[in-house]
Amino acid sequence: MVKRLDRTPVGAHYGWQDWLAQRITAVIMALFSLVIFAALICQGSVNYEDWKALFHSQLFRIGALLFLLSVFYHAWIGIRDVLMDYIKPAGIRLGLQVLVLVYLVTCTIWSVSILWGN
Amino acid sequence: MSSVPRNPAAAAARPKYYDLNLLNLPMPGLVSIFHSVTGVVLFLLQSTLVSESKFDFWRNIINLPLVKIVLLGFVWAYMHHFFAGIRYLLLDVHVATAKEPAQLSAKIVLVLGVLATILIGVRIW
Repeated sequence: MVKRLDRTPVGAHYGWQDWLAQRITAVIMALFSLVIFAALICQGSVNYEDWKALFHSQLFRIGALLFLLSVFYHAWIGIRDVLMDYIKPAGIRLGLQVLVLVYLVTCTIWSVSILWGN
Repeated sequence: MSSVPRNPAAAAARPKYYDLNLLNLPMPGLVSIFHSVTGVVLFLLQSTLVSESKFDFWRNIINLPLVKIVLLGFVWAYMHHFFAGIRYLLLDVHVATAKEPAQLSAKIVLVLGVLATILIGVRIW
């Protein structure tokens, strides 16, 4: 007898991976927030040269990309949870989820191009 | 069992009650909703991030008072999300899970978010 899979295709992934990923990305973002807080807020006024120099460092670029990737993955899990809580029709929910995913993947590519493009 | 015949249509038409007043929520519930809302706000914010090549252009725009107020809204969203997130991480490791400590930490999160926003507001004005 075949066990019927009664899972919603647009539901959660019924595991703890997203739960864990949400927390790992949160810790990465919190740490980088403190770094950028220290770099910008405590320094006083930041002009274009300071800003450019900050992003010239390869280490800072990698940290910034790690932060942004964390934001996008964190946002995906968070927005998906909000959609699952408030948007009930499966078709509309799937459509919105696809839009969000496409947007976030575009942002990921854009981030790399911003960080290493100039 | 029951002598009253069950009417599926009547059962489906039962009125629903939504308590839309956020202030009636317990503190942890309020923080939870704000965590969701600020998550959406941050999602919108990152769509407005642009490269540094037009630094001065954006800097002049950011200096407009109205824009500063809107930005402070985003700052609050970020700060609230930051502190509420740390609270959730602590709850995950079973810190302050009882009712009273949870209510207290929720209040602390709300206060810290506003406080940090005020500090940054003073800083940028």
